[in-house]
Amino acid sequence: MTTDGPVGTSKDADETAAETAPEAATATAPQEPKNDSAEESFLSHFVHNLWAANTVTVTLLSVLLAMVIGAVLIVISDPAVLSTFSYFTARPGDAMNASWTLVSTAYADLFKGAIVDPAAITAWADGSGTWKQVFAPISETLTYAAPLVFTGLSVAVAFRGGLFNIGGQGQAIIGTIIAAMAGFLLPLPPVIHLFAALLAGALGGALWGFVPGILKARTGAHEVIVTIMLNYTANLFLGWLILQKGIQQPGRSDAISKTVDESAQLPSFGGELRANVGIILAVLATAGVAWLLNRSAFGFELRAVGHNPAAAKTAGMSVAKTYTMLMVTAGALAGLGGATQVLGTAHALTPQVAGNIGFDGLLVALLGRNRPWGTLLAAILFGALRAGGNRMQSFTGISLELVTVVQALIVIFIAAPALVKAIFRLRAARTARLGASMAKGW
Amino acid sequence: MRPAPRLQEIPLRLELRGITKRFGDLVANDHIDLTVEPGEVHALLGENGAGKSTLMNQLYGLLQPDEGEILVDGEARTFRSPRDAIAAGIGMVHQHFMLVPVFTVAENIALGAEKTRAGFLDRRRARREVLEVSERYGLPVDPDALVEHLPVGAQQRVEIVKALTRDVDVLILDEPTAVLTPQETEELLAVMRGLSDAGKSIVFITHKLKEVKAIADRITVIRRGRTVGTASPDAAEDELASIMVGRAVNLEVNKAPAEPGREVLHVSGLIVDDDRGVRAVDNVDLTVRAGEVLGIAGVQGNGQTELVEAVMGLRRPRAGSIKVDNEELTGMSTKQILRSGVGYVPEDRSLDGVVKEFTVAENLVLDQYDRAPYGNAFQLNPAAVAESARERVEQFDIRTMSAETAVGTLSGGNQQKVVVARELSRPLRLFIAAQPTRGVDVGSIEFIHSRIVHERDVGTAVIVVSSELDEVVGLADRVAVMYRGRILAIVSPDTPREELGLLMAGITGSRDTPATDADGAEEKGTK
Repeated sequence: MTTDGPVGTSKDADETAAETAPEAATATAPQEPKNDSAEESFLSHFVHNLWAANTVTVTLLSVLLAMVIGAVLIVISDPAVLSTFSYFTARPGDAMNASWTLVSTAYADLFKGAIVDPAAITAWADGSGTWKQVFAPISETLTYAAPLVFTGLSVAVAFRGGLFNIGGQGQAIIGTIIAAMAGFLLPLPPVIHLFAALLAGALGGALWGFVPGILKARTGAHEVIVTIMLNYTANLFLGWLILQKGIQQPGRSDAISKTVDESAQLPSFGGELRANVGIILAVLATAGVAWLLNRSAFGFELRAVGHNPAAAKTAGMSVAKTYTMLMVTAGALAGLGGATQVLGTAHALTPQVAGNIGFDGLLVALLGRNRPWGTLLAAILFGALRAGGNRMQSFTGISLELVTVVQALIVIFIAAPALVKAIFRLRAARTARLGASMAKGW
Repeated sequence: MRPAPRLQEIPLRLELRGITKRFGDLVANDHIDLTVEPGEVHALLGENGAGKSTLMNQLYGLLQPDEGEILVDGEARTFRSPRDAIAAGIGMVHQHFMLVPVFTVAENIALGAEKTRAGFLDRRRARREVLEVSERYGLPVDPDALVEHLPVGAQQRVEIVKALTRDVDVLILDEPTAVLTPQETEELLAVMRGLSDAGKSIVFITHKLKEVKAIADRITVIRRGRTVGTASPDAAEDELASIMVGRAVNLEVNKAPAEPGREVLHVSGLIVDDDRGVRAVDNVDLTVRAGEVLGIAGVQGNGQTELVEAVMGLRRPRAGSIKVDNEELTGMSTKQILRSGVGYVPEDRSLDGVVKEFTVAENLVLDQYDRAPYGNAFQLNPAAVAESARERVEQFDIRTMSAETAVGTLSGGNQQKVVVARELSRPLRLFIAAQPTRGVDVGSIEFIHSRIVHERDVGTAVIVVSSELDEVVGLADRVAVMYRGRILAIVSPDTPREELGLLMAGITGSRDTPATDADGAEEKGTK
């Protein structure tokens, strides 16, 4: 890893890979400075390196570390337990016991709320409960996960094509708006109505992705700036729209729209199982994106453009067209995420209908290493934390914000792989150096 | 670090004994011995991937040897970092420069060894040092120029001055001429001579035989991590090449006389601007016939790049026409041009030629991925891609672990073979190769040249653009010399070198060829 820098500061494996070959030198040679914006190449370099440094091990360890720090925060945030630490030296057992009890109860609730509650199994076994109660926690997890899968995929696809889609939130909001409007305005028969509403959501998101895509392709406007601005636009538009006549729920003065017709709602599994068909669509979308990236001609183009637009252009690909199509695809995915949210669980537009799914999608994609199936798993993890957090809040009294903190910590650790490796004393630096040296073919 | 202050005038003697470095199962350096005497220019000759850079990185403290020792003036030393190496009097100029483009020359040179005064960077002192060193060794650099504004050759001088201000006695130059024009190379060789006269030792890493013969006092040849011999600079070029490659190498391009057929490419009145809107190609007329190689010679930056990019549809010409078999190319997309039977090897391989993160197989279909049998507009056919990749890896002698290896891990020569294989694997009418062997090792050069000649022999019109005069003259049946966007003359490759050199410098002299005479194509320029 340090084979290229004169003072060994460069950690850039790409640079090292090209070290012995003179073309590395020619790459620096062109006299006319290329007009690529510096921040973009910096950003993509940064994220590319992030990927190279992050293994699955690091990801898992990051989750573990975040849970450990979460435990500390649980203890600190509980005055009763904290007070036992005031006489820690006299009776350390009190503090240890109280902390252990609190943390283990909290995390047990997290588990029970997200995966399965053993009590429900017992109840089902002796006939006092139903099987649906057993699966209720998982159902909750999947309910929260479904929209995140879509927004995560949106970010992941865009990134594979070299674009940072920060606009998942805006695209998802437009997706909720158009899907909901299709849901309560179009008089269509069941099934067809649902598909029409989903399609409408995807189209809405696609439109919101098309704008930054075409601006990037035609004028070079940076997609990060444009998508951030469009997030605000979408949010404010939603706030205004809900209060308009024909949209707002008749007889209500607060900001809530009409309810989506039953024929356009994503059917849920019934009873305690709040999860809906959205999660199945999410899995299908993941498979679709995996196919798109690895098997389709468009996927080949977008990966080539993502890695090296100059070579893609030289090989006859249209970089502008690829950027546009890529943002349309990413927008459609995020829009579907929004549609899943409103047609599956919310059923009506409110200013907060899309919650934070667009921004959480960024984290999910990061955690999933921009791989479709990785993103699916990451979304389920985030969904589980959210579902478990709800139970933790109502049973143990720990604020739901703790879950947000844990999510943030996971992402921070993912973003600092060197820190994780140092904590667990992984000999990662050594192996990375070896890898780089191997890569450049001695 | 330094045990005692050495006097500058007592040069140091450097010895490497039994240096061994392994990367996993690969033995990159296998018991290499090397002695650098004071004041000598020691050439380290070897193909890409032979282990030269690894060896030097150990000497410079970037890598630690697994076995063996480094002796400075007879005393064993360990270099944990370049800082240690510099302290011991060893400096290195890397292949790609380690300069901050937006800093001035003086700032770059001060970087890493900032002299401060009252907490501020002592700019005046930095400037003075630069001027001192540059005068002392005859290395003209402007301390106040921004590095990003300097040509490559001058940037390299900055690197050398930077090393010299660190007071080093041994200077390692890693492939210093790879990025230089012939003139800049000449200048660099003169600088090296001056440095060695001033008592500095130079380790000169290269695979270019001409330069080695021109400058080296001694030559050590490395092949596959081992020292395979030392040679004196008097040795013949093919002799050196065969030691380096391990088999007899044919440095001459073998080719039969051309049999030019129909006119394939016809360029007339072509005007192209560069990125800054400056006229790069100025009213060029050109014809290339089937079955002939037109070489375009010229110092880099005289419009060759823009000319080729215009033909490929990568750059929109301002005026003029480009026809292949009477079909107008201007206005067509690059994809359409490629599909119409034009093959293209771009001059900057790593930027434009390959996607380094892609596998060999993927790179081999980079411009054919959506055509049968590799796929269609909708999806790819991975089996067909893999199948053809296996064939071409064999056919073009691409040295790779497998077709699924990322191209970025291959040596420069093998990356170039991937590009050449991709472009020559379909029927072509016109083949354009820009700098086809830049940064490519001797063994691969021979192979690539033979494929280009083969393409000519099957009746393709071929254009070779190169800043290496040897290459142009060796391959071409006619040589067009480009200067400031114009074709100054189209001459026979047998034209004396001096005359070609003058033409490249823009001096037409007595030769009475009209500057843009397309009919020059008709003259009997072929052998």
